[in-house]
Parts: sequence; structure tokens; C-alpha cells
Amino acid sequence: MSGQTRGGSRYARRAHRGRRTRRTALVPTAILLLGSLYALLPVAWVVAASTKNNTQLFNLFAFRPGNALLGNLSTLTSYRGGIFWTWMWNTALYAGGGAILSAALSALTGYTFAKYRFRGKTMLFNLILVGVLVPAVVLAVPQYLLVAKLGLADTYWSVLIPSIVSPYGIYLARIYAGACVPDEVIEAARMDGSGEWRTFLRIAVPMMGPGLVTIFLFQFVAIWNNFLLPWLMLGSDTKFPLTVGLYTLLTQGTSQPALYTVVITGALLSIVPLVVLFLLLQRFWRVDLSAGSVK
Amino acid sequence: MAATEVVEAARAGGTAPRRRRWSPAPRRTPYAFMVPATVLFTAVFLVPLGYTVYLSTQKTQIQGLGLGRGARRQVFTGFGDYTGVLHDSEFWHSVLRALLYGCVLIPVMLGLAALFALILDAQRVRFQRFGRIAIFLPYAVPTLIGSILWGMMYLPSVSPFVSVMHTLFGTTSVNFFGAHAVYLSIANIGVWGGTGFNMMVLYTALRSLPQEVYEAARIDGSGEFQIAWRIKLPMIRPSVIMTAIFSTIATLQVFNEPYTIHTMSAGAVSSTWTPLMTIYHDTYTGDDVFAGSAESIVIAVLMFLVSIAVLRLTNRQTFGGESQ
Repeated sequence: MSGQTRGGSRYARRAHRGRRTRRTALVPTAILLLGSLYALLPVAWVVAASTKNNTQLFNLFAFRPGNALLGNLSTLTSYRGGIFWTWMWNTALYAGGGAILSAALSALTGYTFAKYRFRGKTMLFNLILVGVLVPAVVLAVPQYLLVAKLGLADTYWSVLIPSIVSPYGIYLARIYAGACVPDEVIEAARMDGSGEWRTFLRIAVPMMGPGLVTIFLFQFVAIWNNFLLPWLMLGSDTKFPLTVGLYTLLTQGTSQPALYTVVITGALLSIVPLVVLFLLLQRFWRVDLSAGSVK
Repeated sequence: MAATEVVEAARAGGTAPRRRRWSPAPRRTPYAFMVPATVLFTAVFLVPLGYTVYLSTQKTQIQGLGLGRGARRQVFTGFGDYTGVLHDSEFWHSVLRALLYGCVLIPVMLGLAALFALILDAQRVRFQRFGRIAIFLPYAVPTLIGSILWGMMYLPSVSPFVSVMHTLFGTTSVNFFGAHAVYLSIANIGVWGGTGFNMMVLYTALRSLPQEVYEAARIDGSGEFQIAWRIKLPMIRPSVIMTAIFSTIATLQVFNEPYTIHTMSAGAVSSTWTPLMTIYHDTYTGDDVFAGSAESIVIAVLMFLVSIAVLRLTNRQTFGGESQ
């Protein structure tokens, strides 16, 4: 059945391609290119701006590159003993570590929701759904107050632990487990004497693989994006992630325009890793839910 | 495996494939598997939420001159803080500003997202792969960094727009931080950051539609524009509604963009511009945790009302295929 629809769409696509060679639709193509230009504009600007020194920044035409990129990089690297690279490392730790733990927790919980019956399942799931819809940002302030009470403020854990629970990840994992792990496979594993944990780890997790990468990516971006939580939790700048670090640089920059180029170069460098990750893992951003592993 | 088991399993499978008696799931396993999520969810969501509710019923009572230890005492005040919030015009102004900001942001962002998604799905359009990647790219830029970039581009001394205007028209009187313009300036940051993600959601929905419908419409002589407007858009309506509701929720708690512009614009954006900025301001700068908590609850309730609508729309359809 799925073979048929796939064959059908392949046929449609071939017809599509044949017709496309005839004539380009100019207006939609132009709109698409204008949209791309808009999306890329700030990126182009920051690339150009990061090559300028302070005089060039205020005097040269905005998109004309200067000749101070290396100078800016070394200023940034030497700023307060290389604290920028500490922020970079911290961000990798928060976003990477948090997202891996989050994907693991989502996988186990989503799989349990999809494949087991237990008391309170509906209530628990609805509770978690409310968590999807009341996102973590509103909770950041009370979380901080509690963490401060426990004496955990200004630790790596204060940022990591709230990042692990992702209601949205659990929600997605339940969908993936329901769609990708057939009941027959689990029952067969049970009959072969595989323990429940082993079935989950060796059979369900590989089947949910692409979906779990998607959960990892969403959570990675969410943690990287979350400014308020680390901004509230952390006091010492050696534990800051990039966003908080750059923001503190910016607050100093409003009084010292000399720091503008440092902020701009820092902004460029903090975009690079995410853009690379994003381009490399592009196909995981639109996982087809019907792509199961068993025919 | 014993032969009888195989036979019985086969028989069970042959006669009643839905019956699950032959491979009973262990009863305790799901509870064990739910432990980590339940513990963490309780610690990270439920306890803070409960703590906020508790704090929102408290207030500080100052005795005597308010000097020395024990002069400030925390006492129960019932709904006192909520009465305060309801009469706090600054708080409601921040809610109104967030709604106004949303009225600019959401139609433009979703309109563009739908437009680009339809173009990506249309025939005879060139550069589709490039366009898809380019427009989605801002999603990879953290909102705070995006806000810094746009904020810099709004600063008169650095702005490329001001310099272009100067070159073309000889005028430099563009003020991105004007009383009204600042809404557009901040909304633009949101549009830039959010269009690509919503475009991908709608594009994925479009790709999953059956292609045969379009073929029929084409044979009947419909143009691409008519197919997009009359067939594709109505068919992805549920996805459009979903993105609209999620965008509304995100708007109510907008923080990063106005907070950055607040820092960069020197006064165009107040420190209580959006509800979350007000909560942050009251809790830290104003040092009134109790008022901040009551405000958090009010915002959470507002969002909850929107959430119920989402639940109704999605819960039933999504999980049709799994084992119950």
C-alpha cells in the first residue's frame, strides 16, 4: 500500500519535472528570491561588519568588507583572558548535553506512553501536554527562586536540569513510537525472552532513530535559544553560555562603542556552529511520520 | 522457544490478531519507565508552579520603621496580590503591548510562511532548494543574537538602511526606535526569526497531501495560483490554525527581542514593555516576588485558555494509530 502511493508520487514528480523545464514561473521565483534575500540580509551584514575595525564600522558602506577580521578575532580571543571561548564551550555543554539527555528521556517516556497500558496514563499525558503549551519561560522565575532556596543557583546543574524535561519532546516521541515501532515486533521480542528494557534499548530506540535526532535538534535549538533561564540562574561569567555572555558584552558596549566590533565578531562566531549543524543535519528537520521501519 | 508457544501464538495471531493475551506486557514495567520523567517533571514544572501559587498569596508586612531583622515579615494575604495585579495598569499595558505586537507579527509572519510554503510546493519555480534553506536559516540563529544583529542594524550610526537612504535620497531621518516604529522594528525581528520555521511546518503539511487532486484540477484547467488558493490552502487549514495558536502563545511571553532592544535603544522600550519583562522587573528590580508570582499566574491562566483550544483541536486525531 505504501509502495503504491510512493510509486504514484514518483510518477507525479517525474511529470512535474518534465513540465518544469518548459517555462519558469517568474513572479513566484522572484518572491522566493526576495524572501531569501531578507532572510540572509543580517547574516551578510554581520559577515561584512566583522571584518571592520571601529573606524571602518562607522564610515565604510555597510556591506563593503574591511580588513580587520583577524584583528577582531584576536581582540575577541584575548578579551578577559579568552572568556569568549569558555562561553562557547559552556553553550556546547548546556545545549549538547541537555539535548542528548532530553532525547533519551523523551524516547523512554514517549515509548512507554505509546506501547503500555497503565493507570493514570491519560491524566499524566494531559498534564505533560499542558507543559507543552505553558512553555518553560514562564516557569523560569519560580524555578530560580526554588533553586536559590536549595543553594544550587549559579551551578551548571541549575541550567541543565530544567533543560532535560521537554514536554514537546515527549509528545513527539509518543507519535514516533506509535508510528515506527509495531506492536508485533515488541510481542515477538517478548516471546523470544527479551526483557522490557532490552527491547526498548535494542529494538525500539533504533526504529525511532531519525525521530530522536529530530527531538535532539529541536531541544538543542531550544536550549541554545533560552536566554532567560541562564540569565536568572547564573551569576559568575565563567559559567555563562554565549547568549548571556554576549548580552553582558552588549550592556557594556552601549557605553563603550569600542566594544561594538567585539560584540559583532562574537555574534558571527556564535552563529557559525549552529548554522553548520543545521546544514549538515538538514534532512532531519522534516521527518516523515509515516516512514516506519517494518513493512 | 517451545513448540506449543509458537503454535499458540500463531493461533492467537490467526484468529484474533488484536487479542494480547499471549504476550502480556509486564505490569510493573511502565511504572518503572515513567519514574524519571515523573520525578523530573514534578521537580521542574509542578513544584515551581505550586510554589508560585503559594507565593502569590503572600505579601511582605513591614513592622515599625522597617529597620533591622524581623522588621519585614511574610504574611498571608489571600487574593490581595491578585487584586493588585488586576488594578496594576502598567501590567495590563504590557499585556496590551504584547497583543498589539502580536497583531503586527502573527499575520505578517504566517502570511509570509504560507506564501513561501506554497511557492516551494508549486511547479515551474526555480531556486526552490536554495530558497527553502535560506528562509529556514534564521531559525538556527538564537533570538538574542538575531535581536543583537537587527538592533545594530537599527542603530543610526551603524545602520545599513540609514546609509542606503542617505546615499539614495540624501536623508538620514529614519528612526527605528520611534514611539510607533519600535513596534514594527521589534515585530520585524520576530518575523525574520519565525517565518522559516512556520514555513517548514506548512510545507511539510503540503507535501503530505495527495498529488492526484491537483492533477484533476489541472485537467479541468485550473492555474497554479487557483490550485494554491482554492485547494492547497483549505486542505492545510489545520496546520495553519496550529501555527497561529502556537504563535499567539509565544507572543504573550515574548522577552528576548524587546529586552535586547530595551538595552540598545536607550529608552524607546521601557523595562516593563511586555508581560514577561514586567514579571522580571517586579521580581528582581522591584524586589516584589509576590506581585511577580501573581502576574506569572495570571499570564499562565491566559495561556492555558489558549491551550485548551489547541488540545481540543489536536488530541483526538494525532494518536489514532497506536495501541491502547
